[in-house]
Amino acid sequence: MNEPPPFAQPPPDDRSVVAFHDVSIAFAGQQILENISFTVAPGETRILFGPAGVGKSVLLKLVNGLLRPDHGSILLFGQEISSMPEEMLFPLRTRTGMVFQEGALFDSLTVRDNVAYQLIQERVPDDEIDRRVREALRFVELEETFDLLPGSLSGGMKRRVAIARALIRQPELLLYDSPTGGLDPVTSTTIIELIVKERDYYGTPSILVTHRLQDAFNLCTHHFDAELGRMVPLPKGQTDPSTTFLMLEDGRLIFDGPLDELIRSENKFVREFME
Amino acid sequence: MAINTIERTAKQLVLTVQDYSLFAWRAFMNLWSPPRYWPDILVQSDIIGAGSTSIVLLSGFFTGGVLALQSAATLSQFGATAVTGQFVSLTMIRELGPVLTGIMVAGRNASSMASELGSMVVTEQIDAMRALGVDPMRKLVTPRILACISMLFFLTIVADAFGILGGAAVTVFLNHQDGTQYFSMAWEHLRYPDIIQGLIKPLFSGYIIASIGCFYGMRTSGGTEGVGRSTIQAVVNASVSIILVDFLVTRVLLALFPPL
Repeated sequence: MNEPPPFAQPPPDDRSVVAFHDVSIAFAGQQILENISFTVAPGETRILFGPAGVGKSVLLKLVNGLLRPDHGSILLFGQEISSMPEEMLFPLRTRTGMVFQEGALFDSLTVRDNVAYQLIQERVPDDEIDRRVREALRFVELEETFDLLPGSLSGGMKRRVAIARALIRQPELLLYDSPTGGLDPVTSTTIIELIVKERDYYGTPSILVTHRLQDAFNLCTHHFDAELGRMVPLPKGQTDPSTTFLMLEDGRLIFDGPLDELIRSENKFVREFME
Repeated sequence: MAINTIERTAKQLVLTVQDYSLFAWRAFMNLWSPPRYWPDILVQSDIIGAGSTSIVLLSGFFTGGVLALQSAATLSQFGATAVTGQFVSLTMIRELGPVLTGIMVAGRNASSMASELGSMVVTEQIDAMRALGVDPMRKLVTPRILACISMLFFLTIVADAFGILGGAAVTVFLNHQDGTQYFSMAWEHLRYPDIIQGLIKPLFSGYIIASIGCFYGMRTSGGTEGVGRSTIQAVVNASVSIILVDFLVTRVLLALFPPL
C-alpha cells in the first residue's frame, strides 16, 4: 500500500496550483487510485496518460473536489480541499475551468447561455455577457453558433463550446477530461490546436486527460503561431518545456516527467503502451 | 443465500432512508437562506402549477361525481339523499382533494423531476454545474420544492372546487335532485377546521413530491436504464409517502380539531 513510487517525487512547492499527496480512493471496495502524489506548477500543462478505465477521470474530479479522496491531501490554490465543505468549494471551483468528456453542455440552454452560465449566475449585465461570450466563441471559432441549442451541434463543436465555457472567466487552472475522446482525427487535431492555443496565449496551468498518444505528442511537440493563426511543429528535437506527463497503471502513478524521459523509460508498461 | 439477500436489501433500505433524510434536511434548510433563484422558481411553478391544472381539474370533477353517485345510492336507503352535498364537500375538502391532487401531481411531476435530473446526472451536467461553482441543490432542488409546495396548495383548492361541482352535476343531472339544496348542505356544514385540515396536507405532499423526485433524480446511476429506474422509484415512493403522511397528519389534526 505504501510502497514508494518508482520515480523521484518533486517536493511540494508553495506556489503549486495543485498538489496531491498520497491520495487514494476506492469505490464499492475496489481501489481506483492508490497513493498518488504529484504537483502542477504555475504555467505547467500536465498530460495525464494511461489506458481506459485506469482512473484518469476520477483523478481529474478529485482536483476540483467533485470527488473526495478516502486518504491523502489535495491542495488547490494552496488550500486543502479533501475535507472542505461543499459550500466552501464552490468559490474555489469558479477559479477553475473544466471540460468534460462529452462536453456536458446544458441541453435546454442555448450556446450563449451555456458559455455564459457562470456570468449569468453572477448577474453580469447582458451586454457584457454577449460581448464576452462572442469573444470566447471567437477563440474556439464558433461565433456563428451563438443562438443554437447544443442538440444541433456536432460532437466536435460541443467540445469547442465546452472549452469556450471553461475559458470565459479566464480560469487559473484548466481541467480537460478526454477532450478528443470519440472524435475523428481531424476534429481531434482541431481540439488539440485550441488547447495549444490556450496554453501559448494565456499560459493557464492545466491537466489534460487522454489515452491517445497522438494528441499527447502533438501537445508536446507543437506551439501556436499567432501570425499564421495555427499550430505549427517545434524545431526537430525540441519539446514544449512546460508540458509534462503523468502516467497511470492500475490506479498507481508510474511516471512523472517530460516527454524525452517518457520515451526513454525502461518501465515495461510504459514501453508496451508507447509501442 | 436467502438471508444474505434479505440482509443486503435491509441494509440498502436503511441506507436509502438515511440518504433521503440527509437530502431532505439539506433541502429544507436551503429554503430559508440565499441565494434564491427566483426565475427558476417561477419556471417550475408554471410547469407544476399550470401544467397540472387540467389533470387535477378533471380528476377532481369526476371524483366528486363518483362520490355523489355512490353516496346517493347508499343514502337513499335511509331517505337521506339531501345530505349528498355535505358528504361530497367534506370528503373532497378534508381528504380526497389533497390526496388525489398529491398523487396526480406526483405521477406527473415527481417522474419528470427524477427523469430530468437523472438525465443531467448521467450526462455529467450536474458535475458541470458543480464545476462551474453553482450548487445544484440550490439551483435545481430548492426551486422545485418551493414551487411544488405553493402550487399544490392552489391545485388542491381547484380539485376541491371541481369535485364539489362534479358532485353537483351528478346530483342535478343524473340523480335529478335539487341543486340549491346540494350547495346549501355543502356550505352550511363546512367548518374552518375542515378547510384547515384540507389545506395543511398539500404543504406536506408538495414537499414530499419534490424532495423524493429530486432525490431519486440526483442519485441516478447506470445510464438511461438508471433514469427509468429512478423515475419509477420516485413515483412509487412519492405516492406511498403521500398516503402515509396523509394518515399521520389526519391523526394529528383530528386530535387538534376533534369532530363535533
